[in-house]
Amino acid sequence: MPDLLGNANSEGLRNKAAGHHIYAGRGDKTAMSIISMQNVSKFFGDFQALKDVSLNVAQGERVVVCGPSGSGKSTLIRCINRLEVHDAGEIIVDGTVLTDKPEDLEKIRGTVGMVFQQFNLFPHLKVIDNLCLGPRRVLGLSEEDARARAMTYLERVQIPDQADKFPRQLSGGQQQRVAIARSLCMEPRILLFDEPTSALDPEMIAEVLEVMTELASSGITMIVVTHEMGFARRVADRMVFMDRGEIVEVGAPEDVFTAPKSKRFGAFIKQILNH
Amino acid sequence: MKRIYAIAALLVLSGCSGNWGWYVVDPTTTGGMNNLKFLASGAYYTILLSVTAILISIVVGLLVALPGLSEKRGWRIFNRTYVELVRAVPILVLILWVYYGLPALSGITLNVFWAGVLALALSDSAFQAEIFRAGIQSIARGQYEAAQSISLNYRDTMRYVILPQAIRRILPALGNQLVYMLKMSSLVSVIGMQELTRKANELVVSEYRPLEIYTILVLEYLVIILVVSAGVRWLERRMKASDT
Ligand SMILES: Nc1ncnc2c1ncn2[C@@H]1O[C@H](COP(=O)(O)OP(=O)(O)OP(=O)(O)O)[C@@H](O)[C@H]1O
Ligand SMILES: [Mg+2]
Repeated sequence: MPDLLGNANSEGLRNKAAGHHIYAGRGDKTAMSIISMQNVSKFFGDFQALKDVSLNVAQGERVVVCGPSGSGKSTLIRCINRLEVHDAGEIIVDGTVLTDKPEDLEKIRGTVGMVFQQFNLFPHLKVIDNLCLGPRRVLGLSEEDARARAMTYLERVQIPDQADKFPRQLSGGQQQRVAIARSLCMEPRILLFDEPTSALDPEMIAEVLEVMTELASSGITMIVVTHEMGFARRVADRMVFMDRGEIVEVGAPEDVFTAPKSKRFGAFIKQILNH
Repeated sequence: MKRIYAIAALLVLSGCSGNWGWYVVDPTTTGGMNNLKFLASGAYYTILLSVTAILISIVVGLLVALPGLSEKRGWRIFNRTYVELVRAVPILVLILWVYYGLPALSGITLNVFWAGVLALALSDSAFQAEIFRAGIQSIARGQYEAAQSISLNYRDTMRYVILPQAIRRILPALGNQLVYMLKMSSLVSVIGMQELTRKANELVVSEYRPLEIYTILVLEYLVIILVVSAGVRWLERRMKASDT
């Protein structure tokens, strides 16, 4: 398994040699990795949700994770910002080994932002206050600076006019864009997305994907769990396919879409595309 | 409301028949007016006692509820033990114990007011703890995760994300507790607190008119509690309006 991953990984890098990424062409992938997961396992009781999973993600890389329901996609990315605590293996994020030490945890959470399927906005706070909370309390920005920053990111997600509304007054697509802006306000180096468009009505999916595509071009490291294959094709440097708690296949989108190496991935892609 | 007027009217009318002695609280006479004032003057302590006690019990209740939500078993055991023990003691017994027993145990002598506040607050805190625990538990896990994902620490997560939402949800229950507290404060009369019930008891002793005087006492509690209930409902509506 590690062999396959190693190969797939360097292959992914080579495929990205197109070149605007600093890591392209470098040989030592571990040193350049902003996220390094080595032989990570996670159990829920007796059930093993992650089985000895290894994955390295380079600075600025855009990784799309897909796979059937229950395959461990959410668990994988939730381990990266320690919403789930892994039981075995090692995870290093931006040079920090994930442990229970509070100062490490704070550092990780400051580096890694997350966007959830259900948005998880704070319903009792206005949009602007949703955005300002982290910068004010965690980063210690002044009220004025926090608001200025919040407005910058609301403009980035194209809804500056909604600043004084409460989340429930917005459409799903708008709420998800607020959630993205809330993450961006912490100026993370890594953004995790857990099925960000799955809870949206079809007509709102495009506006969220558009924001994500724009973000992808900004050089931020992104790991996106999604079944939006069009988005994956356009944006992903690498595709990761998971099944039953394992990473089954890793490769550049152009390769895996045309010639998936594993049967399971092939069947999965066919099913998604025909859907 | 209409029914209350009807009952009041009935009582006043039947008073005219001679079996009743409404003169003791007849506001048109000096004596009656003085008696009424004497009875009403207890409201000050009834309200002060209840409000002080409920504020303390809310704080203590919250402090007891939080360990009940901990992942560590030791903390949860502390929470359960506190709640079960305190809930098991009758309020009257707690009042007597705090006023007469505590000084002997600790050497601290509390005056009647603070003994009453302490006993009521202690007793109510167990219920408040349960209310807070249920309220906080009703907040979706996604809210904690969102707070964690922007690196908020435990204190800020509680203060800015979880508690504001939980308190909105438990407001009706908190209102109930205040009503309950106002009623239970009458028990503090046994140690001599000059609140509504005590005043009524004293007047009954001097005037020998229990029916009329206790009827006024009932009406006094009724008025206070109806006002409080209306206030709580108003607050609920306002909070609901502010986030839709
Ligand atoms: N907190 C939990 N307790 C118990 N089991 C869990 C928990 N979280 C996840 N699991 C189990 O772990 C497995 C992987 O879950 P995970 O949420 O990572 O899957 P997923 O690939 O994200 O699926 P989906 O596409 O449905 O979101 C599932 O079988 C799930 O039931
Ligand atoms: Mg999932």
